[in-house]
Amino acid sequence: MNVRSRNNVQVIGRKGGPVVMLAHGFGCDQNLWRLVVPVLAEESEVVLFDYVGSGRSDLSAWREERYAVLDGYAEDVLDICRELDLRDVVFVGHSVSAMVGVMCAAREPARFAKLVLLVPSPCYIDHLDYRGGFSAEDIDELLDSLEANYLGWSATMAPLIMGNPDRPELAEELINSFCRTDPNIARVFARTTFLTDSRADLATVRVPTLILECAEDAIAPREVGAYVHHAIPGSRLITLAATGHCPQLSAPEATAAAIAAFVRESPS
Amino acid sequence: MKGGEHAAYAALLEVSAEDLYENAPCGYLSTLMDGRIVKVNETLLSWLGRTRDELVGRRRFADLLTVGGRIYHETHFAPLLRMQGEISGIALELKAADGTRLPVLVTSTVKTGDDGEPLLVRSTIFDASDRRAYEIELLRARMEAEEARAAAERAREAAEQAREAAQYEHEHLQGVLATLQRSLLPPSLPDVPGLEAVAYYHTASPDNLGGDFYDLYPLGDGRWGFFLGDVSGKGPGAAAVTSLARYTLRAAALHDPAPAALLSTLNTAMYAGRSGEEGRYCTIITGVLTPTGDGFTVTLASGGHPPPLLLYADGRAGYLPTTGGTLIGLLAEAPSTTVETRLRPGDTLLLYTDGLIEARTDDSPETPDDAPDDAPDDDGRYGEHALRIFAAHLAPATPGGVIAAMAALLDDLGEGLDDDTALLALGVPRAPIA
Repeated sequence: MNVRSRNNVQVIGRKGGPVVMLAHGFGCDQNLWRLVVPVLAEESEVVLFDYVGSGRSDLSAWREERYAVLDGYAEDVLDICRELDLRDVVFVGHSVSAMVGVMCAAREPARFAKLVLLVPSPCYIDHLDYRGGFSAEDIDELLDSLEANYLGWSATMAPLIMGNPDRPELAEELINSFCRTDPNIARVFARTTFLTDSRADLATVRVPTLILECAEDAIAPREVGAYVHHAIPGSRLITLAATGHCPQLSAPEATAAAIAAFVRESPS
Repeated sequence: MKGGEHAAYAALLEVSAEDLYENAPCGYLSTLMDGRIVKVNETLLSWLGRTRDELVGRRRFADLLTVGGRIYHETHFAPLLRMQGEISGIALELKAADGTRLPVLVTSTVKTGDDGEPLLVRSTIFDASDRRAYEIELLRARMEAEEARAAAERAREAAEQAREAAQYEHEHLQGVLATLQRSLLPPSLPDVPGLEAVAYYHTASPDNLGGDFYDLYPLGDGRWGFFLGDVSGKGPGAAAVTSLARYTLRAAALHDPAPAALLSTLNTAMYAGRSGEEGRYCTIITGVLTPTGDGFTVTLASGGHPPPLLLYADGRAGYLPTTGGTLIGLLAEAPSTTVETRLRPGDTLLLYTDGLIEARTDDSPETPDDAPDDAPDDDGRYGEHALRIFAAHLAPATPGGVIAAMAALLDDLGEGLDDDTALLALGVPRAPIA
């Protein structure tokens, strides 16, 4: 198994600088980081990747059993860390990947120096005393939307994409390719993302943690940001003047600046 | 075109851009980059059942969507629009003021300023109710097909597992049956001085116990007893009677080995042991071998069994007349007659059960002109006639040679064999065994 090609791993930026690993969330792929990478790469060595099943990963490595739970995604991250022998990583996880980072830091603490949780939510579904913002029916609606929009995916292209992860030019012309996903894989990732309750994992965090939330975010509302902030002692919460669930696209300067400053800080 | 008509068309087409925007057959929507609605046309307002004041400056595009659609918007639609500057044909559902849902197709482009900075998102929204209904139907059909395929696959796997289990059970049962069958036969024939004895058992079906049996045993005074028989029917019932017959004969032979006496004793035991409708009977030949000169005297009695074949050293072959005996176990009395013959060096006596002569065959051998006395059985069976001709071709032959030839014949008959076949060949070697 070649982890680098399996997860389409890209390493760019300043060699020898602090390692910043950028993990995409549910929906698209590492391209979502494109506007913040130039800033971060000035001082850091930036590691980008696609989870198996997303972007230009090797879809033939996808197994439903593995990726139907968040541990599977955490294993992808840890596989990459082992392959590149990464230590003291500043892990930046967008959306569901924020909780993947929390799990990874608990598993192999030596590899992770800091966590940046970008618009995190430990649980999207409402519970008795917790407001995640969604009900299980809402997630069914999302699955319907996924069914209705096979973005950039067609049965005729699928074999080419799946069989040739090392030949991305085959799919180059496809529009919407950043969010291109096999519908079956997307459905599994969606269910795992939105139906997992990882609130208990927040208490395991032992490293300096920065929480970045948006002023208005339909997916991770501010009360969820406050919940995460409260659950991780010593964490810092910054509210970006941004709208939506992808501040790295809608407010790239502010997002990159906040991450870069946090990376620069010497451990207290 | 006349001037009057031209003027009329011009008047018709002279609609204001404003009117075209407001009453277009599709919805128009403009938002800021954060999604806030800044402009919307009448068509979309009427679809939504909203007033302009309710939306402009107050709502975001995502607010018009269902909750699931909103997640999709945030995780797919908005990021793609940001990265590509456009996105087209996305299927979403709008929520109207009265709660109804309107399936739409949305196409959006980002309008950038002179400096390349994104300023606005412009969207056209098409009513896709019919298309959506059709797509849902297609999706439903696809899911049904997928489920049917999965169900078929599960059924196939279950059938395969059942087949494997049955196969295992079957093999296990065949193993048990084979063990039981072996228990009805002597594990090997004893060494008889001056005699070559070879036996063969052909199983027609590993799923069914046959009722054929034979044995060769010392009588303690230099003489040897033997028998070969066939219990009617198949299966465990036949096997039980076979076992009874074999042990009865062996025990009775200790008392009086005379062939006719053995048959009488066996008949009494089997007749007494009949149970209900299961009137099992058997056919059998018993005999005694008495060393005589350079060979043996053979004393035989038959209970309704096919006559044995004698292959002479001079190449002749023929049946020993053993008529007169009746089936054993069927009636209270089973009278039999005893015949006697000599086995000289080079002679071989062959005893067999009727599995061989009852074998179905399409091409019974033609009747040779020199054998008019023995008309072939013209019923599609192998028959005694064919067997005699076969033996005549073999003779002279040693017991080993006869059995090998017969085994090959049984193999050739293959599927035609409905019943098991037991063979016992007794012969006197031409030269003394060194």
